Amino acid sequence: MNYFPDEVIEHVFDFVTSQKDRNAVSLVCKSWYKIERLSRQSVFIGNCYAISPERVIGRFPGLKSLTLKGKPHFADFNLLPYDWGGWVYPWVEALAKSRVGLEELRLKRMVVSDDCLELLSRSFVNFKSLVLVSCEGFTTDGLAAIAANCRYLRELDLQEIEVDDNRGQWISCFPDSCTSLVSLNFSCLKGEINLTALERLVARSPNLKSLRLNRAVPLDTLQKLLMRAPQLVDLGIGSFVYDPSSEAYIKLKATLVKCKSIRSLSGFLEVVPCCLSAIHPVCQNLTSLNLSYAPGIHGNELIKLIRFCRKLERLWILDSIGDRGLGVVAFTCKELQELRVFPSGVDNAAVTEEGLVAISAGCPKLHSLLYFCQQMTNAALITVAKNNSNFTRFRLCILDREKPDPVTMQPLDEGFGAIVQSCKRLRRLSLSGLLTDQVFLYIGMYAEQLEMLSIAFAGNSDKGMLYVLNGCKKLRKLEIRDSPFGNTALLTDVGKYETMRSLWMSSCEVTLGGCQTLAKKMPRLNVEIINEDDQMEFSLDDRQKVGKMYLYRTLVGPRKDAPDFVWTL
Amino acid sequence: MEALGLNMGFEETELRLGLPGNRVLSEGEGARKRGFSETVDLKLNLSSKDTSEKVKSFQKEKNPLPRATDPPAKPPAKTQVVGWPPVRSFRKNMLGVVQKSSGEESDMAGGNNAAFVKVSMDGAPYLRKVDLRMYNTYQDLYHALGKMFSSFTIGNCGSQGMKDFMNESKLMDLLNGSDYVPTYEDKDGDWMLVGDVPWGMFVESCKRLRIVKGTEAIGLAPRAMEKCKNRR
Repeated sequence: MNYFPDEVIEHVFDFVTSQKDRNAVSLVCKSWYKIERLSRQSVFIGNCYAISPERVIGRFPGLKSLTLKGKPHFADFNLLPYDWGGWVYPWVEALAKSRVGLEELRLKRMVVSDDCLELLSRSFVNFKSLVLVSCEGFTTDGLAAIAANCRYLRELDLQEIEVDDNRGQWISCFPDSCTSLVSLNFSCLKGEINLTALERLVARSPNLKSLRLNRAVPLDTLQKLLMRAPQLVDLGIGSFVYDPSSEAYIKLKATLVKCKSIRSLSGFLEVVPCCLSAIHPVCQNLTSLNLSYAPGIHGNELIKLIRFCRKLERLWILDSIGDRGLGVVAFTCKELQELRVFPSGVDNAAVTEEGLVAISAGCPKLHSLLYFCQQMTNAALITVAKNNSNFTRFRLCILDREKPDPVTMQPLDEGFGAIVQSCKRLRRLSLSGLLTDQVFLYIGMYAEQLEMLSIAFAGNSDKGMLYVLNGCKKLRKLEIRDSPFGNTALLTDVGKYETMRSLWMSSCEVTLGGCQTLAKKMPRLNVEIINEDDQMEFSLDDRQKVGKMYLYRTLVGPRKDAPDFVWTL
Repeated sequence: MEALGLNMGFEETELRLGLPGNRVLSEGEGARKRGFSETVDLKLNLSSKDTSEKVKSFQKEKNPLPRATDPPAKPPAKTQVVGWPPVRSFRKNMLGVVQKSSGEESDMAGGNNAAFVKVSMDGAPYLRKVDLRMYNTYQDLYHALGKMFSSFTIGNCGSQGMKDFMNESKLMDLLNGSDYVPTYEDKDGDWMLVGDVPWGMFVESCKRLRIVKGTEAIGLAPRAMEKCKNRR
């Protein structure tokens, strides 16, 4: 390959798109490293504190698309204080100062301020795509800046964000010259929206393929939007409340029939369940359906709807569907690949092991699961493992902490053991229910491809954690809460953590002394103690147990933006 | 999932300590599982050899296992724990708001079941208490406060003044005048203007409410004032 001119090698590299592969390519030799880095357009940074923006820019001057993740996963569940970190401003500032022609920015669990959005919107002429997932810190003012200044904006996608959202005027900030929108998702915004401006925006966006509306968009506006954009592929409905005999409903029914391209449907944030028949014609072509924010749709209506969805590949629903409903899914959706069942919080709505067994039997292509349930049995999990060895993601959450198998009263070690033994391609696993060290023995033995493991209220001793650290060679992220793992487990193989992105341990048995020892031995790890009670500041007792510890590998040492309550050892 | 099971009908009269999540399913197919599900905390069959060792090393609650033939023991109530079940707060808040508006009971909105805070109003002879979780929006809260304090005729604030402060869009007028403004003390001990943050965030951080005279509200954080001005 060294006899080829650089341009040829570069052209070959164009076909190498996955970041993993490109990273591998860059390690071959100096010349390949150079060619690869100059031609790299898309960079994924799984932990924004593992590297500095300056170094990323220095290595990849041709950067066009940047993906950043900030807070650790357990931050989603209020386990991390508000100001822990994850500010994206320094990144945007560094990029703006450089000559990087940024076109795409995707952020997850980061803090984004209005100033940051303003700077972003003004600094990159060709900026096209902003995707924010579980972020916080901005208002609709920031969105207005993006709308107003990004002339070639194609994608504005906000997912699961609480935005301080007082006015719906940001949508009017898209200039008349903006006709490039392909994807617009503001379903998570709570406030009102300027409907006229929205209609006009959709009318002048011929390339619009994905539109997800918030609750403030009423039915008649929905109908008008669909008239303007019959080419939509992905639709998120805000409000679906109307009188079935009204003209608006009749019009909508007719319009929906014309939208033959819709493959993905979500929303129904407000809904009158009896009127879902208008949706049925769309169902037959759906590959993705997300009704997990629609508690207004009761079990029976849900089942009626699902009977039409024979091509479904992805389904997100609430547990109000019940085991019976899951049976219908199993019967109808033979193409199903991903299923997520969320808790609705309604007491008598529940799914159990029965629903899961039915799904595993009926949906041979299923490989990704998130399942919140009332109970689970070993027998069921063993059956699931027999029925389906394709799982790449298996996340089970039995709502009752440490609940054993209700039939045998045994821990669920054997059930999960069967899953890891059968599913050889398993990459992500979340455990729940009553579990001993035994389950971790199984995981260490069989889960060879495991990259991410979530543990809560499980295990008996350090052995459990050690089984995992020793056995799972590909482990990247380990997050543990409320489990009896201590210093021995933490310190037995300190080198392991440099092969991983991060480790989270909260309410476990590790002590301050243990963490300090680890930090001393491994200078390329940031070992952060997150200390909310001010206890530790005054007590340097090594034997004190640490409430929350988050450690991650990094090339840039302790971060300079850590707040007072974060102590980097 | 930390509910008090208030929406249970006949079960309200039953003396159960377990959280509703412990109860499995409805009648019929659920019935036979009920007995076991009530013995929530760990209980291995002590007569089994392999498991007896495991029982010793368990560090969690240790209650002796009732035999299958015994009537099911009432489990001790599990303490509520932060971050369990692992559902994003965004989702919890969305379902809470959405469910309440469709008239269903919900325990998804927020962690605790009640958020009683004291409400004081300048010049009123005594304070009141409100449960913030009873409301979904700022408007609901203002209505309730208005009703609560409408019996007091205080200075310049007659019934019109009360109506004015319930109307968000007139906030600016209120701040200029001597009418009343709702403020609250947050977790950090700062006095803030009500209405700036999303409702859910407000409920989590509000420690007490104080309805102040407009002229006194000038002491509020300048940024809060700016925000009010910009609301027009």
